[in-house]
Amino acid sequence: MDDKLIDALSNLEEKTALALVKERIDAGQDPLAILKACQEGMIQVGKRYEACEYFISDLMLAGEIFKQVADMLSPRLKGVAARPRGKVVIGTVKGDIHDIGKNLVVTLLKAANYEVYDLGVDVPPQRFVEVLKESGAPVVGLSALLTVAFDSMKETLAALDAAGLRPQVKVMIGGGPITQDTVAYARADAMGRDAQAAVTLCNQWIKEVAK
Amino acid sequence: MVKTSVEDLLQQREKRINDAIALREPDRVPVMCIFGFFPARFAGITFEDAMYDYDKTMQAWISAMVEFQPDVCDDPFTSRFFGRLLERLDYRQFRWPGHGVPPNLSFQYVEDEYMKADEYDAFLSDPSDFMLRRYWPRIFGSLRTFENLFSIPGLYSYAGFGKLATLDTPEMAKAVEDLMAAAREAKRMLAGSAEYGEKMRQLGFPAQFGAMAHAPFDVISDFLRGTVGAMLDMYRLPDRLLKAVEQIYPFMLQNGLGAKRNGILRVFMPLHKGIDSFMSPDQFKTFYWPTLRRLILAFIDEGLTPFVFWEGDCTSRLELIGDIPRGKAVYMFEATNIFKAKEILGDVVCIRGNVPLSLLLAGTPDDVKGYCKKLIDVVGKGGGFIMDASTNLDDAKPENLKAMFEFTKEYGRYA
Repeated sequence: MDDKLIDALSNLEEKTALALVKERIDAGQDPLAILKACQEGMIQVGKRYEACEYFISDLMLAGEIFKQVADMLSPRLKGVAARPRGKVVIGTVKGDIHDIGKNLVVTLLKAANYEVYDLGVDVPPQRFVEVLKESGAPVVGLSALLTVAFDSMKETLAALDAAGLRPQVKVMIGGGPITQDTVAYARADAMGRDAQAAVTLCNQWIKEVAK
Repeated sequence: MVKTSVEDLLQQREKRINDAIALREPDRVPVMCIFGFFPARFAGITFEDAMYDYDKTMQAWISAMVEFQPDVCDDPFTSRFFGRLLERLDYRQFRWPGHGVPPNLSFQYVEDEYMKADEYDAFLSDPSDFMLRRYWPRIFGSLRTFENLFSIPGLYSYAGFGKLATLDTPEMAKAVEDLMAAAREAKRMLAGSAEYGEKMRQLGFPAQFGAMAHAPFDVISDFLRGTVGAMLDMYRLPDRLLKAVEQIYPFMLQNGLGAKRNGILRVFMPLHKGIDSFMSPDQFKTFYWPTLRRLILAFIDEGLTPFVFWEGDCTSRLELIGDIPRGKAVYMFEATNIFKAKEILGDVVCIRGNVPLSLLLAGTPDDVKGYCKKLIDVVGKGGGFIMDASTNLDDAKPENLKAMFEFTKEYGRYA
């Protein structure tokens, strides 16, 4: 696999990465291969973040670079795009309008080739239920920065239960004040301490679904 | 028992705090909080009431202070009682109880790129002009038409009179009317603060803070560019970002010096985006710490005590942030390892914190006492410590809070 583009992305060299993508598009290279290299670069970024070499600022820049690459490639990927790895529904729960963490998770999931249904902020439980039903997504992510939103998480879980969705949907939660206690309180499946953890959880769960 | 006079009580409390700040042992560990909306919940009024109802707010806060007896009181007026002011300005950076948030939830901040990446030059060349004609119209819906104001320096003599004609529009008339109404609300807010402060003094409680100042980087990242915008600017526009941080410094200095005018010499400095997870050590050293440190030093020089609230986890910054004069400031910690902070900073700065809100919310009074004991034993050793919750109290359980206050007053005595 071509190392230059992967390296440029994983080293967060924005201009180099974008120039390489443009160069390769112009040279008529397979857009899927270009996308794949960038996704590989994002995986490296995630690893460096997990190794505490990178910080949220770096993840934000990586996400921004990846977004631009995706925009450049998308007209050329129509019809030929690889199947996404899986579907994920995500949103900040009712009563909370914070979205920095949630947006970062969305970007990283997209970069990891997930089809993401981003419901935004202040999302009522019923909305999660609707979109989970429509999409058939096996994973939902609930985000919150406020402790008062713990009750909204609990209500959302109750709504999934009432709709009969709970057995086939895995629930991950995350956000500043979330701890393992919150997982038990809201009756979720797992929590992620950071955006990269959400990707790891999804990878794990999607593999289980595929079995 | 001799009844302590109010003056004695005030002096006793001030001395207790000042001893802790000077890294001496006071008579006992001081204990205080940023109460948030807790007193509203405690008194059975809504959060919405606390933002709109003068009398209910006054009573709720007085009764909470009387009940818990903190060493300084918490003023609801300048930090909560501005619902009508927000309405008159049609303030876009908040959603608040009754306006996008249910009556019993705290106001929340609406982040956005209120200043675009390509507007640094406009901001740097004339910050006042930028704020007046670009920023205010974006954050105050009522002042939207200020974007049509003529450039102010153009009216320098009779030669500029024609420009005044552009002010004569129904939109401008309404904007000025709203601005004046907001000014009256601001007066009422300050009157509330003054009346509350006086009542509190009569009950023996010193005021907590005389002014507030943000870290210059946070002004950019919280209010102007948004978190993502400011983070990306560190890579893409580092020179402009650094200049902007410098540009903001004197304004924050002026804000903090307000404490000298009202005689309450403590300056509250809540910090946001410099925490461990957000930026690398190099970024912190480059963009965040230099102007913040200068601000802390300037306040100290002016005889003020900075109360720097390191929100989130800043454990990796502990070595670096110890580079300030000894015994002149307070560092408040939320999720930072406070025991490690004592080890590293115990000889430099008074440490305040950090009974976890999760414990105050979901734990028992015994859990709370257990944590407080550890804090007093370790962080309180030799003085230089103030007991507090980890962050603002909004939804703490009253019995747990009671346990924190009472246990600290009993167990926190120095021999």
